[in-house]
Amino acid sequence: MHLGHTHPAPAALSADARRPDGARRALRIGLGGPVGSGKTATVAALCRALRDALSLAVVTNDIYTREDAEFLLREAVLPPERITAVETGACPHTAIRDDISANLEAVEDLEDAVGPLDLILVESGGDNLTATFSKGLVDAQIFVIDVAGGDDIPRKGGPGVTTADLLVVNKTDLAPHVGSDLARMAADAKAQRGELPVVFQSLRGESGVADVAAWVRERLAAWTA
Amino acid sequence: MSRAALLVLADGRFPAGGHAHSGGAEAAVRAGRVTDAPSLEEFCRGRLHTAGLVAAALAAAAVLGADPGELDAAADARTPSPALRAAGRRLGRQLLRAARATWPSAELDAVARRFPKGTHQPVVLGLAARAAGLAPEDAAHCAVYESVSGPATATVRLLSLDPFDAAGVLARLAPELDRVADCAVEAARRAADEGADALPAASAPLLEVGAEWHAGWPVRLFAS
Ligand SMILES: Nc1nc2c(ncn2[C@@H]2O[C@H](COP(=O)(O)OP(=O)(O)O)[C@@H](O)[C@H]2O)c(=O)[nH]1
Ligand SMILES: [Mg+2]
Repeated sequence: MHLGHTHPAPAALSADARRPDGARRALRIGLGGPVGSGKTATVAALCRALRDALSLAVVTNDIYTREDAEFLLREAVLPPERITAVETGACPHTAIRDDISANLEAVEDLEDAVGPLDLILVESGGDNLTATFSKGLVDAQIFVIDVAGGDDIPRKGGPGVTTADLLVVNKTDLAPHVGSDLARMAADAKAQRGELPVVFQSLRGESGVADVAAWVRERLAAWTA
Repeated sequence: MSRAALLVLADGRFPAGGHAHSGGAEAAVRAGRVTDAPSLEEFCRGRLHTAGLVAAALAAAAVLGADPGELDAAADARTPSPALRAAGRRLGRQLLRAARATWPSAELDAVARRFPKGTHQPVVLGLAARAAGLAPEDAAHCAVYESVSGPATATVRLLSLDPFDAAGVLARLAPELDRVADCAVEAARRAADEGADALPAASAPLLEVGAEWHAGWPVRLFAS
């Protein structure tokens, strides 16, 4: 097949750090964790905190609806063309770990359409504690649990709690109401995770998503260094 | 040629996006046409002799070296539903990514450059088989099997159907799968001389109509 004088490289395969045109692609950060722990709320808060300084996009993986994408659109955290919903065949953990092809297309298409981008957040529709992101899809992952889901979750461990690059324990404002022991959660998380960081946050509180946003900025600085 | 390469390509866990699609089963379940193992078997039989046959012939023709552009147009002509065309292209693009990573080849790279948004899945299936050193018969078998295994697995999730019953359906269809694959290869060989018009154009109107209906649902488990 004769292609003329230009021989552009074909589309990227997976986590290749460079795009076909040679430019560095956006940093990709995954957010996983149980249903209702506050992943979408954290994504929305991150977008608000970072969108003035960075070029952002979001990919959602819902279990069977488009609710996460629709929430982000309704809240207008980003323009609609920067938000893509991937359909997962009722298996978000498959789409983020075992068969990442649809998500790779979503992140690459976003970069083609609205790029250059600095950061793409990929949210997984929560299903359980074992869902983790493939390294072929994201560069780092945040696992979000909340204090209302039971303060024994850090003790139980599991791949998300144990190995995520950042563990977020969300909704600390609810701890007094549900009888969760934050000190115990912190000690259990430390035992499971060693030196890996943990953030306790309340999106209803004063500082909101600030700690997570600071962590994301650090990752981004390392990525572009 | 490696027989095991066929197993790699045909494996339902081959990461090419199929898990998110029901092959029309979700619409058929909602419409009350698939309710149990016997009705699943009839649904799969219908799909095998229509969409399955066409897909297998396109795949076999691609292995035989037909021009992917001509096959892409032939697939479009045989797929009236825009929703199904879009799903077929999307799956083709996902399979192409997986195939390029699995069996690196200049030919697959060239196809990725020529169709950045994807060509139809059966065409890519044939090209992947070719890159893996497989024969037209292998690609055709892969295509006919996928045409029934996708809906069968999806129905297990949709109806909580006993997975052993679903496996039994597939096993009972196996001799028919072989016959349809043979017909498809024969047609693909004819098309090598006569052009893509010699490929079969069997269509299943209910699958096409169901796909358009399904694409409009706000809540669904599968992408198609
Ligand atoms: N009280 C409280 N509620 C929160 C907090 N973060 C999120 N929520 C609420 O928890 C619910 C589930 O949040 P969502 O982000 O949709 O969870 P996801 O399923 O993990 O995406 C929503 O009603 C949020 O408003 C928090 O820090 N404190
Ligand atoms: Mg969510």
